Amino acid sequence: MADEVVCLKHISKVYPLLSGDVIALDDLSLSIEKGEFVAIIGPSGSGKSTLLNQLGCLDVPTSGDLKIGGRSIALMSDYELTDLRLKTIGFIFQKFNLLPLLSAYENVEYPYTLKYRKKDTSGRVSKLLSLVGINEKLAKHKPSELSGGQQQRVAIARALVNNPKILLCDEPTGNLDSKTGVLVLNILRKLNEKGKTLIIVTHDPEIASQADRIITIRDGKIVEDGS
Amino acid sequence: MKDIIFAMALRNVRINLLRSILAAVGITIGIISIACMGMLGTNMTASVTDSLSAMADKLSVSPFSGKGGGGGGAPGMSSGSDNLTKSQYKSIVKIAGKYGYVYGLHSIRGKVKKGKDEWSTQIYGIEVSSMKTVLNNLTSGGYPSSDNSVLVGPSFARDNDLKIGSRFSIGNSGVKISGIIESRGMSMDMNTDSSVVMTKDMYESIFGAKDEYNQVNIVLNDINDAEAVSSEVDAQMNRREETVRVQDSSRMVSMISSSVTTITSFATLIASISLLVAAVSIFNIMMMSVTERIREIGVLRSIGTQKKEILRMFVYEATLIGVLGALLGMILSLIMGYLFILIMVGNTKHFFTYDSLIHLPYAMAIGLIICILSGLYPAWRGAQMDPIEALRAD
Repeated sequence: MADEVVCLKHISKVYPLLSGDVIALDDLSLSIEKGEFVAIIGPSGSGKSTLLNQLGCLDVPTSGDLKIGGRSIALMSDYELTDLRLKTIGFIFQKFNLLPLLSAYENVEYPYTLKYRKKDTSGRVSKLLSLVGINEKLAKHKPSELSGGQQQRVAIARALVNNPKILLCDEPTGNLDSKTGVLVLNILRKLNEKGKTLIIVTHDPEIASQADRIITIRDGKIVEDGS
Repeated sequence: MKDIIFAMALRNVRINLLRSILAAVGITIGIISIACMGMLGTNMTASVTDSLSAMADKLSVSPFSGKGGGGGGAPGMSSGSDNLTKSQYKSIVKIAGKYGYVYGLHSIRGKVKKGKDEWSTQIYGIEVSSMKTVLNNLTSGGYPSSDNSVLVGPSFARDNDLKIGSRFSIGNSGVKISGIIESRGMSMDMNTDSSVVMTKDMYESIFGAKDEYNQVNIVLNDINDAEAVSSEVDAQMNRREETVRVQDSSRMVSMISSSVTTITSFATLIASISLLVAAVSIFNIMMMSVTERIREIGVLRSIGTQKKEILRMFVYEATLIGVLGALLGMILSLIMGYLFILIMVGNTKHFFTYDSLIHLPYAMAIGLIICILSGLYPAWRGAQMDPIEALRAD
């Protein structure tokens, strides 16, 4: 398949503990194609956070082959993994995780500056901010001066700034009220409609129901994969 | 390109301004103590050298006491038991006469009495002609013309409330002050400031020791002959056994400045303990800065910031604190050093010289390096943090 952005083959992740090994992912195989909107659901402790960390290149599997954007990450150094996170993956977190020292505009510009080693002069940052509905005046504010919904929208703009192959969302509406949650989810859906691969990890069946494909995980294994 | 990593470090220093300044003050204190000690040493040495080189054209020959060459006190104060013989005096005149003015000097610590007060003071006896040559500056009065008149030093006159014409007694002889010598400071040949200078004849009539001087002084015409005269006297008079000792002031200058250096290096060493304290506080502050930003580090790492960029951010932060402390330290060192030296040395003639001010950049560099070094480990800790663990922190 030519347009595979994520490909997992027999992935296992084992955490060795004194009381015995904990198997977080158990021989899990999965493939996600470009442009898909995938929801990964499962109860806590099911291994979905571990899977998310693998997909986000924050961690490498104990065994198995994991390809992100066509590149195998199992043997990558920390430097290469970090570079891959910068250029290939857009993170959206439950707690927004904007950098408190930077303004909204600078938060969006930050990954751009890391990638291109210069400030944004193309107007991309402003364009993305207006796309998610943050006006110029709000963009000058520090994250602590913005509402939760505004912060999450800035975070989405930040995730998009380096034009990633995958948008990886960890409970993106978990810290928002239902009305704002719907707004944020609509932004994400629109991005998917424009062709962005979207992976959302959630335990909220309502959000999951909006996805094209729902993958249910339990005890480190995929128990259901369908729409 | 304006470095975003640097900008973030700068902002963190600014946001925690009070904390950063307190940490910087530690470095500042360290820099001040090191710089001040260094500058004090240089200024002290320069000042001592200055006052000593004023009499660098003088050599003094005294009998060899057999106690080795380590004597620290001025030779004029040596006890009167060992004297130079008349023939030794003549030899010295013969050797050194062509290089400058040679004169013999009697000296003793003697009892001086005025009314009911009795105290002991340094008493010199030299020829009147020598007085006129060597003590050529009198503040007031004139040279002794009668048998019982003497010259006194300015401190002696002031401390004992004496003036021209005042009388007091030495031993059993009453004397009268005919003149007061101008202040000469510390000197190789005679320390006249708080002494009595009388004629050779009068000295010999009170204390004896006819024609047997304690010391022979040579005032050189050319300062560059010092070495030559010194070695010539040594060669001719100490051929068979050590009989005399020649002292020139250059040796004394180097001796004094080396002991000043020893003292100030020791003081600097103690002062640098304050830098150690500062290093601990910087370390602590940087550890705090890393710990309270664990989550932020996690975010930075997860969105693609490299380990070495995290490291750089915290090292920049330590550097900024160090620069702040160093600049503050430089300004305060200048002010405090100036006042300190004014009080301790008495003048600041040598303060704005290269040798003195060079201690500022030295101290600043040491402070800055210590600051960066103590920021390295916390920065490394921050950089090595597992992004998943860091993201989980609250």
